[in-house]
Amino acid sequence: MPKTPLAFTLNDAETGIFVDDGQNLLEALRRGAGDLSPKYGCGQGTCGACTVLIDGVPHLSCLTLAEAVAGRRMDTTAGLAEGAELHPLQRAFMEGFAAQCGYCTPGMLMAAKALLAANPRPSREEVIEAISGNLCRCTGYEPIVTAILEAAAKLQGRAA
Amino acid sequence: MTRHSGRGFACINYPIGMNLGGDPAQALVHSTPDGKFMVTLSAIDLGQGMKSVTRQIAAEALGVPLADVYVDTADSDTGPHDMGSFASRGTHRVGNAVIRAASEARAQMMEAAAEELEVSAQDLDTDGAGNIHVKGAPSRQITVADTAIAAQFKQGRTLSGRGIFLIEPSGVDPDTGEMSPVTTYAHAALIVDLDVDDETGEVEVTQINSAYEVGRALNPKLVEQQLIGGAWMGVSHALYETTEPYYPDRSHGPEDFNTYLMPGPGEIVPHDIAVLERPAADAPYGGKGPGEMCANPVLPAVANAVYNAVGVRVDKLPITPEKILRGIRTNGGARPGPRRPGV
Repeated sequence: MPKTPLAFTLNDAETGIFVDDGQNLLEALRRGAGDLSPKYGCGQGTCGACTVLIDGVPHLSCLTLAEAVAGRRMDTTAGLAEGAELHPLQRAFMEGFAAQCGYCTPGMLMAAKALLAANPRPSREEVIEAISGNLCRCTGYEPIVTAILEAAAKLQGRAA
Repeated sequence: MTRHSGRGFACINYPIGMNLGGDPAQALVHSTPDGKFMVTLSAIDLGQGMKSVTRQIAAEALGVPLADVYVDTADSDTGPHDMGSFASRGTHRVGNAVIRAASEARAQMMEAAAEELEVSAQDLDTDGAGNIHVKGAPSRQITVADTAIAAQFKQGRTLSGRGIFLIEPSGVDPDTGEMSPVTTYAHAALIVDLDVDDETGEVEVTQINSAYEVGRALNPKLVEQQLIGGAWMGVSHALYETTEPYYPDRSHGPEDFNTYLMPGPGEIVPHDIAVLERPAADAPYGGKGPGEMCANPVLPAVANAVYNAVGVRVDKLPITPEKILRGIRTNGGARPGPRRPGV
């Protein structure tokens, strides 16, 4: 099958890969770009485990055509930490025990990152709304909501 | 339409592990030449904390810092045999195997240190910070790292241990069917408060209060995390989840996450937990572990609370609005149960 060259920015790095016709973004990121942080959950846009940011907006990569991201900027969980320094969201998730099996975590982190970029001081209800497209089977959500609010407070403290 | 509030209570005795074939678990421990220790298991960490807890147990039994212990799990090709991560057996069964393996490795470590310090191994102790010293004379000491190096390159000795935990298999009495399924029980009591809408049949769980007795909570945060998440799953089983809503008729079954109902972050139920610690005699450092029982008491408590709210006794899960409405119709209306004053 003929391959199509595709160039985009992935976590601040200029990235070029070849994709199959009709390949979805999740597959292109995992197999083509070698970024295994977005997860394949349901493959139909219901679970949110594959959530990535395209130009800062959360998208379900399993439902996004890979070729649609040509020239655009993408952020995944793999780009959250700066070297050994975890992102405040990652730190809050870790310290607040907001993950068990961890499969939903990359999607949760991306949904949370988009929320905090748009709304640095979200209410509890706004956090719940922001992650309502992400399923978690282990935690009961409460530790995740708490962790996102913690991270928001930390980021606010840093900005102040 | 009226919303009726109800309260339900349930308590459980929960068997830890099982008895099939003695429920064996194995663990292997060996030191690396730099004085770290590797614990090899086939038990699986599904996110419940198996790796964290077995690491703690191994560090405690070896007498070395937590940071110097690594746990390698879930490769049944290369690891020692284990029955698996189910039946809430992980902490108890695997933990006991790890203690045995780590204790054997510790004995060899102390022998190697004794040879280096030219004393008897019985006179040595660990400080838990990476050193082995003569009892009563802390200055006469050797690091675990130097001990491992000496064992590896000078003494030609491995610092390793094997551990297996096997409970006494209990046969089934052919006359009575009686058997002893387990060696230890954990316990829980749980109260659910909820509202039932008598027009739509919908249930909203508003509060969970629970008390769990899990032996010693070896890792209190992991215990709490598991209890909170498990109770959520219990609510989900009680009210939402099924693959065959009209069992044994397979029709109308969910085919994906769109139609397989689970509560989302909008349905978080406030949950207050009290963890009671009663270390069990045959458990690793007394820890039985919460496991599956974090979901179990929620189901009968929800069923009891629905009965208390509208007088409908639903005995098939999940307790759907349809079943509640049919029950209300059969009863000729909602029949709220008695309330205690102030509830």
